[in-house]
Amino acid sequence: MTDTQLQDPPRARHIGEVVLSVEDVSLAFGGVKALSEVSFDVREHEVRAIIGPNGAGKSSMLNVINGVYHPQQGTIRLKGRTFHDMVSHVSAAMGIARTFQNIALFKGMTVLDNIMTGRNLKMRCNFLQQALWLGPARREEVAHRRAVEEIIDFLEIQHIRKTPVGRLPYGLQKRVELARALAAEPTLLLLDEPMAGMNLEEKQDMCRFVLEVNDHYGTTIILIEHDMGVVMDISDRVVVLDYGRKIADGTPDEVRRNQKVIDAYLGVVE
Amino acid sequence: MLYREAGQFKSTYVEDQQIFPIRQDRIAVVLTLAFAFLVVPLIANQYWLSAILTPFLIFSLAALGLNILTGYAGQLSLGTAAFMAVGAFMAYNFELRFPTWWPVLGSFALAGLCAAAVGVLFGLPSLRIKGFYLAVATLACQFFVLWALQKFGWFSNYSSSGVIAAQKVVVFGIDIDTPETRYFFTLAVVAVMALLAKNLMRSETGRAFMAVRDMDVAASVIGIPMMKTKLLAFAISSFYCGVAGALYAYTYLGTVEPEAFNLDLSFRILFMIIIGGVGSILGSFLGAGFIILLPIFLSVASGGISHTFDVEISHAVISNVELIIFGSLIVFFLIVEPHGLARLWQIAKEKLRLWPFPH
Amino acid sequence: MNFFIEVLVGGLLAGVMYSLVALGFVLIYKASGVFNFAQGAMVFFAALTFVSLLERNWNFWLALLVTLAVMVVLGVAIERVVLRPLVNQAPITLFMATIGLTFVLEGLSQLVWGSQPHGLELGIPDVPMEWLSQRWNINISQFDLFAAFLAGLLVAALALFFQKTRIGRALRAVADDHQAALAVGIPLQHIWAIVWAVAGFVALVAGLIWGVRNGVQYALTFVALKALPVLLIGGFESIPGAIIGGLIIGASEKLAEVYIGPYVGGGVESWFAYVLALAFLLVRPQGLFGEKIIDRV
Repeated sequence: MTDTQLQDPPRARHIGEVVLSVEDVSLAFGGVKALSEVSFDVREHEVRAIIGPNGAGKSSMLNVINGVYHPQQGTIRLKGRTFHDMVSHVSAAMGIARTFQNIALFKGMTVLDNIMTGRNLKMRCNFLQQALWLGPARREEVAHRRAVEEIIDFLEIQHIRKTPVGRLPYGLQKRVELARALAAEPTLLLLDEPMAGMNLEEKQDMCRFVLEVNDHYGTTIILIEHDMGVVMDISDRVVVLDYGRKIADGTPDEVRRNQKVIDAYLGVVE
Repeated sequence: MLYREAGQFKSTYVEDQQIFPIRQDRIAVVLTLAFAFLVVPLIANQYWLSAILTPFLIFSLAALGLNILTGYAGQLSLGTAAFMAVGAFMAYNFELRFPTWWPVLGSFALAGLCAAAVGVLFGLPSLRIKGFYLAVATLACQFFVLWALQKFGWFSNYSSSGVIAAQKVVVFGIDIDTPETRYFFTLAVVAVMALLAKNLMRSETGRAFMAVRDMDVAASVIGIPMMKTKLLAFAISSFYCGVAGALYAYTYLGTVEPEAFNLDLSFRILFMIIIGGVGSILGSFLGAGFIILLPIFLSVASGGISHTFDVEISHAVISNVELIIFGSLIVFFLIVEPHGLARLWQIAKEKLRLWPFPH
Repeated sequence: MNFFIEVLVGGLLAGVMYSLVALGFVLIYKASGVFNFAQGAMVFFAALTFVSLLERNWNFWLALLVTLAVMVVLGVAIERVVLRPLVNQAPITLFMATIGLTFVLEGLSQLVWGSQPHGLELGIPDVPMEWLSQRWNINISQFDLFAAFLAGLLVAALALFFQKTRIGRALRAVADDHQAALAVGIPLQHIWAIVWAVAGFVALVAGLIWGVRNGVQYALTFVALKALPVLLIGGFESIPGAIIGGLIIGASEKLAEVYIGPYVGGGVESWFAYVLALAFLLVRPQGLFGEKIIDRV
């Protein structure tokens, strides 16, 4: 728990009201129950971690919030609106962005193009204007390019902006995926194991980025992560899932001392 | 050495987003266009203009249309010829039924829109099905459209044979009735549409298409609307194929019957984009050129062999060998260079960066 | 009413012939995940080879055996030359490769054997069954019944093969997950060679049946195209689906031609199967028996 420990940065923004609440969500695939009556909430500006052993349903939970999977039961309350069934482009329109466990980048495009796709909801010109490359289309493209370049600077990926994404090493691909999610200027960011497969240095960088995003932009973050050091350090509250059920919910310290969590997942913590 | 781009810095985003950011590319394109517009009509004979160059341009346009749908947006289509047919027959009908002051380009544009409408209709299944399921669905379009054009006499103005004869066309006061004028007209239309396509594929629409092609679940998660994007791809692609079909009738064949737009033609155009390079504007042209020139090359070669070895090579043999070569080339390209001639061209350019130095 | 039954049964039996071709597709798709567009060309090649040998006065059974051997060799060659280099590519690439393969086979068939149409006789006359036509005034061809019987036999044999034998099990494993199959020691290349050989055999049977019906000519390759709607309806991976899909397509196509045809000037058969399959897909994208694809992210 030593190397990934960071100084607690002063929180620039205070944690606010509940912005997302998941109630009694159950999800099953055929006979397999991925989630059973899971409920928790997320407050504005906080960093909420979801942890648990493999197969606990963490990614499925994010997929439900995002509209990729449709739960058989339960509701999602987002910014005052209630959904029994989220649809993915609605979630995007409401300011949710995410990264995926297995990297869902567009392999046929460059880094720059991938990140630019993240801006698609903000682009207003229609295809005719784009085909004729009229003034408005040109200006819009440059304006969004400018915004994307800021993110590229922030995540320190300038040197690879014209590289096709398929050629990048895993760690950089994850960073590009984060950039694409940030390009949408989301209010809620879902990160699915953003540090998986990274070495120590990459993890430190990623931690720094995640915290910066939360600090600087005030983005609420839901984070799935296996590295307990990272989770304990950067999250405000933690949800623990096991076999699709919630077994603990609280601050990192509370969760760390919870016997059920220790039995199911943590083992003896140093 | 020729292709060294060192020293060409871009200091604004606008510069970086130019259609041909490297100076050598710009020069090459300008030179090619100048050559095509100015030099070719002077040096090429009638045969080349009417039998090779004009159809090359027309097929490039059709291949471009298919490339937009299959190469950029990833929706496999085997119904390209049907869209061309719609374009050809609707252009004929607009020319026929509209008053004489109505410009030909207007008929072509409307014909393209009709093809786009058909494209959207038969593209609706793409919202539910993907991959080769979708390809088979586009076969429904191919067969149905051809049947409809033959069955309903209105399309061919109730001619007994179902054949239509393209009317004479006048553009900006010039009669389009010689190989030269036909070539110019086709060249102008194709050049403009290629430019529009290039712009479109570089911008957000193109990115949305490629996102849908690469991973549509992720695309919809980041907010790209599936239905709108897929249907737009079908619409634009079919528009291009429709205009190509209209050109096919008016500046190349002259008389047209529905059978000319059969499944074989659809496959040919698909081969053009596979060999030329999917997802590449340049590839559409390269592939079309290749497919047009190959039969000519084969018949010249067989003529040569005939003379040298004093053997008779029948037409049947040539056409069968052509089939075998086409098929083998497809397989060859898919194995060796799935991105086709366009990628080979890019690799050549990379080599030119260094040439004549070894490294 | 009798007429309706006649058309219906005629359609069903025609559907059986489609199913025969579809079976070849299903086999290859089940075992290697490749949608073999060249199946029709294989049918054509098999039929053409057999007929040409017969016309050179070869013994019937010898010709059959040799053709079978040729098809097996062809299958193995295809697997080695075309599929193996493309092993990890996207399915769409493999599909397009088989389109290229179609052209190669078409050209090759005609280059080797010539392009005239041939008739084919298998010894079973294409005449109506007498007791049916006399008792109930329904005309159903003996040959069609024979074909149906043959198809049934083939399906039963294949189903047994896949379910009960060790090789069949290995084939199913390969279809499910190449890497996993490799990991448990299943020899992938052998399996694929076997599959393509079996598909070649099925192609031969289909080729013979169709050859008698329509003559062995270039148009036979387009029979494969008709099998596609069958697969859409039945699902790409299901042997029973291929049969049922074939029956549905065959029957509805004939019925549509007879009952809708007169209103629209005929020729409905050229597109009805496809439109039907399309409509079906909109309701059930994976076909009757196909597997639902769940995108895991």
